[in-house]
Amino acid sequence: MKYLNIAAAKPKVGVFSLTCCEGCALQLANKEETLAAFLSAVDVVNFREISSDKSDDYAIALIEGSISREDEVASLKAIRDRAKVLVAYGTCACFGGVNRLKNVLDFDWMNREVYGETPKATSPVRPVREVVPVDFEIPGCPVSKAEVERIVTHLVLGLPFAYPVYPVCVECKQRFTVCRFDLGELCLGPITRAGCNAPCPAGGLGCWGCRGPAEAPNYEEFLELARSRGIGDAELRERLSFFGGFDSAYELAQDEPLAVRPVA
Amino acid sequence: MSKKITVDVHHLARVEGHGDIRIRIESGKLIDAAWEVVETPRFFEAMLVGKHYSTAPVLTARICGICSIGHALASLRGIENALGVAIPDTAAKLRLLAKHGETLQSHFLHLFFLAAPDFLGLPSVLPLLSTRPAVVALAAKAKGIANHLCDAVAGRTTHPVSFKVGGMSVAPDKAILAGLKNELAEIPELLKITVEIFQGFEIPDFARETEFVSLKGQKEYPWIGGRVVSSDGVDLPESSYREITNEFVTENNTSKWSKLSRDSYAVGALARFNNNFKHLAPAAKSIADFFRLSPVSHNPFMHNIARLVEVVHCLAEARRLVDELLDTDLSRNLAAEVTPRAGSGTGAVEVPRGILFHHYELDDTGRIAKADCVIPTTQNNANIHYDLVELARQCAARGLGDKKIELMCSMLVRAYDPCISCSVH
Repeated sequence: MKYLNIAAAKPKVGVFSLTCCEGCALQLANKEETLAAFLSAVDVVNFREISSDKSDDYAIALIEGSISREDEVASLKAIRDRAKVLVAYGTCACFGGVNRLKNVLDFDWMNREVYGETPKATSPVRPVREVVPVDFEIPGCPVSKAEVERIVTHLVLGLPFAYPVYPVCVECKQRFTVCRFDLGELCLGPITRAGCNAPCPAGGLGCWGCRGPAEAPNYEEFLELARSRGIGDAELRERLSFFGGFDSAYELAQDEPLAVRPVA
Repeated sequence: MSKKITVDVHHLARVEGHGDIRIRIESGKLIDAAWEVVETPRFFEAMLVGKHYSTAPVLTARICGICSIGHALASLRGIENALGVAIPDTAAKLRLLAKHGETLQSHFLHLFFLAAPDFLGLPSVLPLLSTRPAVVALAAKAKGIANHLCDAVAGRTTHPVSFKVGGMSVAPDKAILAGLKNELAEIPELLKITVEIFQGFEIPDFARETEFVSLKGQKEYPWIGGRVVSSDGVDLPESSYREITNEFVTENNTSKWSKLSRDSYAVGALARFNNNFKHLAPAAKSIADFFRLSPVSHNPFMHNIARLVEVVHCLAEARRLVDELLDTDLSRNLAAEVTPRAGSGTGAVEVPRGILFHHYELDDTGRIAKADCVIPTTQNNANIHYDLVELARQCAARGLGDKKIELMCSMLVRAYDPCISCSVH
């Protein structure tokens, strides 16, 4: 198969889920206008959520979710051994995602809170790169299907792909979204990598940083901006810790005492 | 003859999340059968403690990649009840419209992508891309329109962005609503073909007497809030959800189990249908009639037909809501004022897989002191297990082979459209 006179591969792809909501895998079946073309560009050979076929012969493995129990380590390593290219797919796989919020809790308290006197096996949440080598990361909660299509097109044509280096703010300006800071709200747009087309500020939620840091983010300047608009460090920390991609900014936001925290 | 049959399905396909089926049969007698949820536990309820109430709908949306709008809505309702906030009518209509978008996309996803392959003898819809591209195009188009509805109203299909405590942050542009009106008008034609396709499917003849739990419709088929009713006669307000769900922990499951008047109960499209048939739109009732589905049906495989009936009903309601919203001033009355106060509140929402409860206790600074989420699949897991035991017993008695038993039992679990990641939130 050739496209613009460039040879296109039709790689065998496996999609695998660790601890997560499976919303990123679901995006593969969304954006229905181009769904048939997308599914024809790759050969999906292992994708439990939509198919009972199960092949271990795949070149590309998409891993969604983070690692939160020891048996997931073994399955992930087996996938790494088989795949030529392993992709951390979605925010949970790239940074640990919201699952990582449990890491600051007392595990005995947490297990009792949910399961009472019958605790279940669980371990501190880790992103994929802390367990096996990762070739490529696609952040997003959920991933943007339009961006996944761009990446897959580059991949099957053997072309290099680069993420935007600029922050989400640029995309808000492009779509004429009123700045959330101007409305007195917190937004992580100034420090978060663009590429999603900024749906959250436009929808009124503000950016929560699911895509992780933009290139060379200026955290000091960002914290100054937020504080100058009357946003306290407790709120900043709740936002910065939400998806797990802003640990160093979180460390800088310590001017106020910690919010109520359920640590035993 | 002591013929042994073992069925061991590790991580059942075409369901959300990780669950296993195990069956052992000897000489035509069932020795053991089990549905076990092995998904990694996620501890959302513990993570919520100490968070500001405005974080809860954003965080709990991440419980589920398919019904994130439903989780956000249950969370919002629970918090709004705790804060004593009544949302404006326009916001309520927009939320319900987003909810219908989600129900439509989830039901289309299940009917075409997860359930249909079993009836066609295929591992997935992927082979149809080359053999029956028109069917895939139809499924994609119908699901696409449902997703456009979610995008327009909730800002995004998965993990919504336009809701906030008190109402809505933004309303869709009228031009976008007008476009949706046209798109929704295309669905009835797509549904005619869908009905023809499903008419050719053989729904297994199996029944086990079951208690069905859902919201109770007062004047309309119920989706958001109100009283909860069971087919065994229980009738309680949503705030009494603990008396209904009675969650308990079992040894072999990371999901909890629930029971009410019997050892287990069922929620979902069939439960809503069984408890609220009279409130369905006429077009939806006639689809039920066409497929010979009438209340109270105890055949779990009929969940698929109940989904199709609900698609017809949700479509009619969505079209009515779009018309009403086109005649409404959407520039004001989107959200009520919210003042933090101590209190507790419950929100019950009928999400695609059944009734979902969120409950929060807030302190006077607006922080969450305690959170509890009871998920539809959690409530269904015990019922799936007992159905599976009975179906396996009947299969064994009929002398079916291992492949056939595996298919029948896999289809049974899929009929509930379990959302397993949700159930171990």
